[in-house]
Amino acid sequence: METVVKQQVDIATRRNKIHPKKLALWVGLVSLTMMFTALTSAYIVRRAAGNWLEFSIPSIFYINTLVIVGSSLTLHAAFAAFKREAGGAYKAWLSITFLLGFAFVIMQYLGWEQLAAEGVPLTINPSGDFIYAISGLHAAHVLAGIAVLGVALAMAFIRPLRVTPARKLRLELTMTYWHFVDVLWIYLIVFLSLQR
Amino acid sequence: MASAVITAPATREDGLIQELGYEDHFHEHHHGDKYQSNFISHYIFSQDHKMIAKQFLITGMMWAIIGGLMSLVFRMQLGFPEESLAWLKPFLGKWISVNSDGVGSLTQDFYYALVTMHGTILVFFVLTAGLSGTFSNLLIPLMIGARDMASPLLNMMSYWFFFLSGMVMFASLFLSTGPFAGGWVAYPPLSALPQAMDGSGAGMTLWTISLVLFVFSVLLGGINYITTVLNLRTKGMSMWRLPLPIWAFFVTAILGLLSFPVLTSAFFLMMLDRGIGTSFYLSDIYIGGQALDHVGGSPILYQHLFWFLGHPEVYIIILPAMGIVSEVLSVNARKPIFGYKAMVFSILAIGFLSFIVWAHHMFMSGVNPFISNFFVIFTLIIAVPSAVKVFNWIATLYGGNVRFNPASLFGIGFVSMFISGGLTGIWLGNSTLDIQLHDTYFVVAHFHIVMGVAAFFGMYAGVYHWFPKMYGRFMNETLGKFHFWGTLIGAYCVFWPMHYIGMAGVPRRYYRFDTFQSFSHFDSLNKFITIAAVITFGFQLLFVINFFYSIWKGRKLTTPNPYNANTLEWTTPVEVGHGNWPGKLPAVQRWAYDYGKDGREFISQVEPIGPDESPEH
Ligand code: HEM
Ligand SMILES: [Cu+2]
Repeated sequence: METVVKQQVDIATRRNKIHPKKLALWVGLVSLTMMFTALTSAYIVRRAAGNWLEFSIPSIFYINTLVIVGSSLTLHAAFAAFKREAGGAYKAWLSITFLLGFAFVIMQYLGWEQLAAEGVPLTINPSGDFIYAISGLHAAHVLAGIAVLGVALAMAFIRPLRVTPARKLRLELTMTYWHFVDVLWIYLIVFLSLQR
Repeated sequence: MASAVITAPATREDGLIQELGYEDHFHEHHHGDKYQSNFISHYIFSQDHKMIAKQFLITGMMWAIIGGLMSLVFRMQLGFPEESLAWLKPFLGKWISVNSDGVGSLTQDFYYALVTMHGTILVFFVLTAGLSGTFSNLLIPLMIGARDMASPLLNMMSYWFFFLSGMVMFASLFLSTGPFAGGWVAYPPLSALPQAMDGSGAGMTLWTISLVLFVFSVLLGGINYITTVLNLRTKGMSMWRLPLPIWAFFVTAILGLLSFPVLTSAFFLMMLDRGIGTSFYLSDIYIGGQALDHVGGSPILYQHLFWFLGHPEVYIIILPAMGIVSEVLSVNARKPIFGYKAMVFSILAIGFLSFIVWAHHMFMSGVNPFISNFFVIFTLIIAVPSAVKVFNWIATLYGGNVRFNPASLFGIGFVSMFISGGLTGIWLGNSTLDIQLHDTYFVVAHFHIVMGVAAFFGMYAGVYHWFPKMYGRFMNETLGKFHFWGTLIGAYCVFWPMHYIGMAGVPRRYYRFDTFQSFSHFDSLNKFITIAAVITFGFQLLFVINFFYSIWKGRKLTTPNPYNANTLEWTTPVEVGHGNWPGKLPAVQRWAYDYGKDGREFISQVEPIGPDESPEH
């Protein structure tokens, strides 16, 4: 019954340019952004107060930036293939995106290990704690994105590829979210490197 | 639902909707019946915005009763420390300790727990969910001409997250160590150190879980309200034609969306401190002479994060009440709202400013006094849009042919409360005056009047006014008027004296005063406050009785537009089905406040501008 209402809502809003679900996602992303804004602001405030351990960001974090940016590009390729109704390419690009996403989370974990090995384990100084907390919360959001990608992937293998408005919309929503966690990470890594 | 299509228009508005309305083919699918058919999907897991509104309202009322009773218990302890509370032992068990003389008193720990729970419950569950949740859900689709919310499913989840959040908080009342007891603001170290006091352990864990669930509820609701207002307005409903409550709910939702995530971040760091021993908020703490491992943290950091939410949160509470009151006053004064655009700009200005004043809660927390100056200025500037609104409400009433019913009385009472409490806000906003007033009963008086009582008045105005739309019956007017006068006088009796106590420096959150020489002469005033509180609470029971009695036995609503009001919710049938309008969606032709224009008492929003109608409002 949800879908029937949804169709009606869609009809009622046809004159609007942006789909309500897309708008809802954007609004939700604004609120996620606020979460990270809060953490990075807290970081600045705390850093200004002194007693702050100085150390460099693990190099893996930088390499990982390439991984997640790459995954955004491959997801775009998947979307292009989807619109062309090129089933094979779609599945291939989607799988690669999925794996890159996984690789990102695993490499973040390695980054934390590297950090600890460099003498900045958790609970030594808020300076390090912030890195763990911020990148950890980000990784949690990536995991949520991976879950969504997983569903998309399963569907890609189960159902024959057909471009319907509903499926296109779902993929676009997935893509928006994934680009969001990507851009978020770029912001975080730039922030953390500048605010040493 | 084809049978529901009306053939002969019952009212003038119906005719206009049939003629000029917007055909969205909503009723060509037979989903209406499916929606209403079974008990579970109709009353419990409902996705209909009107039912969800009622769920928010009734859950909020339950919480108001629980939270209110808690305050009576701790007030009795505070006002009458020498009287025995042993009669409460059957309910409170070990939280009442009986001394050798047989005098029972509330244990100190539980006193703090009750104060904390009272604050948390009233601020979040009653005045946020119960107020914004109820009226945003009820009125947004009805007033903008939408079939339902943008996502009925998310809307339903918003309620159930709220429900779950409440259940977790309720469960924490039954912990053997008691619920959290460190104040509704949950400052560290009491909140960040599990061993700090009894309630800081499991109590605080459940408190945090509950509030995180609550944040989910607010966000799901807020996303929906914003999307619905932006995307689902009917034909002709431009933003400048929105009734004021919708503007208020819309800005409220934006505030919630921007501020509640910050609270989540604050809790996230707090959980790390509690769980894995990081030091975001903790430093140099000694327990029993032993230094803890935590070094380098700052409790002030938490205060910044908390009040970045906390201050917008107080406006999240008051803005919906302001919107409701604007509508109720205009309808009942039979006059257009004075300064509609000024009202909208004030809402926007208040919303914006509420994000840059948070540190006025921290003047005495050791923040840099030069930074305080910045916050003093913006805090005082908030008084400007607030004063504009007050002026406009009074101007709306002035010279009006006012109908004095419970809704408009509570609307007028709201204005009175908002003035009284706003003025004391200006005192507190001066960082130098705050040296004396901070953490005293003056602050308690300020925020109870301006937020607690005023928001309740807004809620009551809304319930009395829209009750017929919710239940198809009226609430009893005489009882409603008793309720109003009792509450108005009672609330002033409770909170006015607190100003004096506070100016004399009596601190808030103390378990007893009679043991302090300098405070003990307020003994009789304290007793008076407690008695007034009990009586005022009694008057609220009148409302509860009236509410439930009227649901089943109230006078029946017979016409769709009982108040001769202009807004779209009164163009729906007496019994509103799923989809809100039986046929086409209404098309909006004008703003919502054409009362008394060109000698006509009211002109509905669906009526086109006539050829020789005067151009100004
Ligand atoms: C003219 C506008 C207002 C000004 C200038 C103002 C100023 C202040 C200041 C400076 C404080 C801190 C006092 C202290 O702790 O020492 C305060 C506390 C508070 N205000 Fe206001 N206020 C205003 C309006 C409001 C409104 C409209 C609300 C709610 C609807 C509100 C709710 C509160 C609450 C809840 C607290 C106390 C929080 C706590 O410590 O538990 N205020 N106000
Ligand atoms: Cu404030």
